[in-house]
Amino acid sequence: MDSMGMIIGTWLAGFLTLAILSFLYKDNPFYKLAEHLYVGVSAGYWLIYVAFFDIKPMLIDTFMSETGFEKWIILIPGALGLIMLSRWFPKIAWLSRWPIAFTVGIGAGLGITANLQGYVLPQVQATILPLTGFTVADLSNLILIIGVVTTLMYFYFSKPHKGLLGGGAKIGIVFIMVSFGASFGYTLMARISLLIGRLYFLFHDLLRILD
Amino acid sequence: MKRSVPLIITFLTGFFLVVAFFVPHEPFGELEQRLLVWFAIVSGFTMLLGIDNLIRSHARRIARTNTGWGHSIVLLMGLVVTVVVGVIGFSRLGSPFHIHSPFMFVYTHVIVPLQGTMFALLAFFIASASYRAFRARNTVATLLLISALIVMLGRIPIGAAISDFFPAAQEWIMDVPQLAAKRGIQIGAALGAVSMSLRIILGIERSYLS
Repeated sequence: MDSMGMIIGTWLAGFLTLAILSFLYKDNPFYKLAEHLYVGVSAGYWLIYVAFFDIKPMLIDTFMSETGFEKWIILIPGALGLIMLSRWFPKIAWLSRWPIAFTVGIGAGLGITANLQGYVLPQVQATILPLTGFTVADLSNLILIIGVVTTLMYFYFSKPHKGLLGGGAKIGIVFIMVSFGASFGYTLMARISLLIGRLYFLFHDLLRILD
Repeated sequence: MKRSVPLIITFLTGFFLVVAFFVPHEPFGELEQRLLVWFAIVSGFTMLLGIDNLIRSHARRIARTNTGWGHSIVLLMGLVVTVVVGVIGFSRLGSPFHIHSPFMFVYTHVIVPLQGTMFALLAFFIASASYRAFRARNTVATLLLISALIVMLGRIPIGAAISDFFPAAQEWIMDVPQLAAKRGIQIGAALGAVSMSLRIILGIERSYLS
């Protein structure tokens, strides 16, 4: 990109950054403008992204380059995609349930396999930790195991939280609150890191105050 | 026809995906990959529905000159300009994502700063929310407050300057109690998702048809 393009781009980015930050004072037309521009530009970005990375390579390029069975079978999702657009025509809008059913079916299928393979089994496996001595690591492992089990007990609502389940749930809430607090602090620091990035842009790239 | 065909489609796609997972041989072996490509294609078309909805809603606002109709013009112009520069980038350089494409100019100088600042703005709102939420009213609320403070102090240089305790404690909290609760929640949520998926595949849960 030429230097004039860079200058215009930097000023544009600077204006938009300040427009969003102006909301800290109060809601104002500059913030509204930047907010609406963000929605419009993001929608356009994702439309191009989907067209270029999904529809073109997976549907159009496959249809143009493949032969025989592979060439024609790819028309099925293409047809389902077009049927999805039947929502634009009220008389045949019910047809859109077919592609919706297809996506829901895929989601449900993945919901079983991906959750079992990606979450349940690896997380259970990672929780089965050695407790072979009295070191700090062993104590941490014990706390981790107790934390996982008692958190699961807290979220078990099929029986009243009394007796052993109630006691476990009470310990579980301790772990949950510590976890929420830690996640909160972690998220806040991540956002502040982003803020520092934007302030650095303003003072370094735009105003050239910082080296 | 209106309800039974979608139920059959859902059952078959969900069933074949599960079978493909347990039987990684022909003809099921490559079925999972094929269905995922199909899923991406069908999902791509839904983008058109979303964009259409956005355009209609804001075009209506402009036509009726409702409050904020000027902002709707900005939104639609942003949408149109982004799509047009994307098409220009594709036709001239072969890809809208080419480094010299005008589409990447929009991405770098409009989307990135807007997105970054929008999320950065949340820091202030989270801080403001924490002022209200972080009151040591009882033991568990105090635990939330203490763990958040330790994690925040442990992740910045001033925390280490005050004491070595903060970085070490932060790391331990993230690696042990935080991980334990997160893991418990993830296992519970995943088991819930599995049972809900089974309900959908078996046709017990049909709310998506309404």
